[in-house]
Amino acid sequence: MTKTKVVVGMSGGVDSSVAAYLLQKEGYEVIGITMQIWPEDAPPDETGGCCGLTAVDDARHVCQLLGIPHYTINFREEFQRHVIDYFIAEYQAGRTPNPCIACNRYVKWESLLHKALQIGAEYIATGHYARITKDEATDRYLLKRAVTSVKDQTYALYNLTQYQLAHTLMPVGHYPKEEVRRIAEEIGLPVAAKPDSQEICFIPDHDYGRYIEEHTTDPIRPGNFLDQAGRILGQHKGIIHYTVGQRKGLGIAAEKPLYVLEIRPETNEIILGERTALLKDQVWADRLNFIPFARLEGSKRVTAKIRYNHQPAPCSIEMVDESTVLCTFDEPQRAITPGQALVFYDDELVVGGGTIIK
Amino acid sequence: MIYFDHAATTPVRSEVLEAMLPFFSEKFGNASSVYKLAQVNKKALDDARAKVATILGAQPNEIYFTSGGTEANNWALKGMAEALRKQGNHLITTKIEHHAVLRTCQYLEKQGFEVTYLDVDENGLITPEQVEKALKKETILISIMYANNEIGTIMPVAEIGKIARTHGVIFHTDAVQAVGQLPIDVNRDQIDLLSLSGHKFYGPKGTGALYVRRGLPLPSLLHGGGQERGRRGGTENVPGIVGLATALELAYQDLDIKTAKIQALRDYMIDGIYQRIPHCRLNGDRTQRLPNNVNFSFAFVEGESLLLLLDLEGIAASSGSACTSGSLDPSHVLLALGLPHELAHGSLRLTLGENNTREEVDLLLEKLPLFVQRMRDMSPLYEDYLKQNS
Repeated sequence: MTKTKVVVGMSGGVDSSVAAYLLQKEGYEVIGITMQIWPEDAPPDETGGCCGLTAVDDARHVCQLLGIPHYTINFREEFQRHVIDYFIAEYQAGRTPNPCIACNRYVKWESLLHKALQIGAEYIATGHYARITKDEATDRYLLKRAVTSVKDQTYALYNLTQYQLAHTLMPVGHYPKEEVRRIAEEIGLPVAAKPDSQEICFIPDHDYGRYIEEHTTDPIRPGNFLDQAGRILGQHKGIIHYTVGQRKGLGIAAEKPLYVLEIRPETNEIILGERTALLKDQVWADRLNFIPFARLEGSKRVTAKIRYNHQPAPCSIEMVDESTVLCTFDEPQRAITPGQALVFYDDELVVGGGTIIK
Repeated sequence: MIYFDHAATTPVRSEVLEAMLPFFSEKFGNASSVYKLAQVNKKALDDARAKVATILGAQPNEIYFTSGGTEANNWALKGMAEALRKQGNHLITTKIEHHAVLRTCQYLEKQGFEVTYLDVDENGLITPEQVEKALKKETILISIMYANNEIGTIMPVAEIGKIARTHGVIFHTDAVQAVGQLPIDVNRDQIDLLSLSGHKFYGPKGTGALYVRRGLPLPSLLHGGGQERGRRGGTENVPGIVGLATALELAYQDLDIKTAKIQALRDYMIDGIYQRIPHCRLNGDRTQRLPNNVNFSFAFVEGESLLLLLDLEGIAASSGSACTSGSLDPSHVLLALGLPHELAHGSLRLTLGENNTREEVDLLLEKLPLFVQRMRDMSPLYEDYLKQNS
């Protein structure tokens, strides 16, 4: 009998390497693929992110060790279109994007999955800390938090479709991080840890504003900082340089520290206010994806995260129209940021999520 | 495993390996030393140089051994540009050269040279008239490949040589793909510099040569101990050079017979693919073509996926040049032919060798249509196409 083929997205890091090893042990025919996403002549940080330049070498090394084929495939165009262009457009529209989510959704779970299916694989697998199970009662695939909650990566995976989940394996989500490291050591995988960076991988120096200025021909226009009453407080350098909740780098002297409350791209204005004004208990999101069910009916009690490192907070969610959900937190949350993902949980289950509008 | 990637590299022929082996240990002397042990090496070098010269129709003192085709191309272009800078700063090449030439030209542009990159027609050919038209009074060098590595198109080298000579412009040709497959004569074709690479004709990797017409003011590449008449210092790679020369000599033994055989297999493969797979295009000229080259684009198919599938089934092929860090980019050659991006992405290069058999081609012809169909079945573009044409 021929073995079931699975393509593992290999970064050369511990997690994806152990994922490949575990699947091989389970009897799959494992094929390693490393995504090449960098412009050829503009190498960024050598070690940065999950797909840095050394990723290709490291991944090849691991595949040699495991005795599995390894291919490097060019996803530059997809990455440019779905991640970098989106990132810039969102900032220009006064929002704060999450490029990792876009990369997962479009590059990994669209382009890589498509490639995998083309070459006869049944699944793609990654080293993400999350679990996929099937609910036999509803016949739907479920996404659950990893057993190690500190390493949980479900926030960036909330918008996987049923089709994508059906063709995905995430073997390391079933193990604690220490166990994964132990397995890696046991089988002699290089365990030199890659930084668990949540920074933007294509902007190694983290200077987003400068990156956007250099990568767009649209003029970056300075405008006014206003207080909540509409009084001009000063000049900003262009809205792309700011994000909701930001305090540093505003260049405004005031009695109490001021924070970015709101960015208004249509008037090129930024509203500043005190910390307490950042607290809000209502948030609206669209571009929704639900996992255990196709549509949200009525009101539902869940917990929600408004950014990657946010503690899930209790709330109720309810559709307000065909495509928009309203999430009402029990306690007000700080710095709800348009463009970021709002992700809902029911205990360990990922209920779904969307993109914050306001 | 079935190997259909002879344009990328070839295995070292057993006779070649045998000829090389003594020079690693037993006859290990440094060719520049005086004692008898070294004289053996000196003679081996002289013989090798003479063999290479004979094949190219050149004189032994016009042959310089290098580490390969890339070095030869870099040396020829940078060296001549530097030497002739006072006479002019204009170079002519084509859009479909190997990166060893293209990137060198880009480097020279940064140094203040001006480069004309000639367009090619839909089969990858240029006309001698294009070259003539591109000439300026500042033109110092024409570098046009003998045959293309991806699509196998053979350029009108003799006519270009004539134009160059008439106008007093130096003519370099990257003949890495042609040497070993086509009869070469640097005098007939009025070539001033020619690059070749050993591992393309069953010789060892890391070996190559540059033919430099006597009297050309090519500056030294490596300053050192005076080897290669002072133009490329460094102790000679005697085993490699012996291997290259032996392989080259063997490549030209019974060339007609070998060419006829491989060309028949090539045409059998081309016809077979055309018959079995709809919506495909043979890239490159059908007749002005290297005897071992097959290059197809399949509409609605990603070449790299096809390549991976073939590899997983034990068939080694290529989607273009093998030189870009194992990654698969849309080919600059196919883009230059005017192919739309999808077709440039959906290309498959199969290059035959002396040991390939009809059975191997039959196996390819059996598998390839299944793979192409499977990929088309998954392609939304193909689905749209079927709807529009039903």
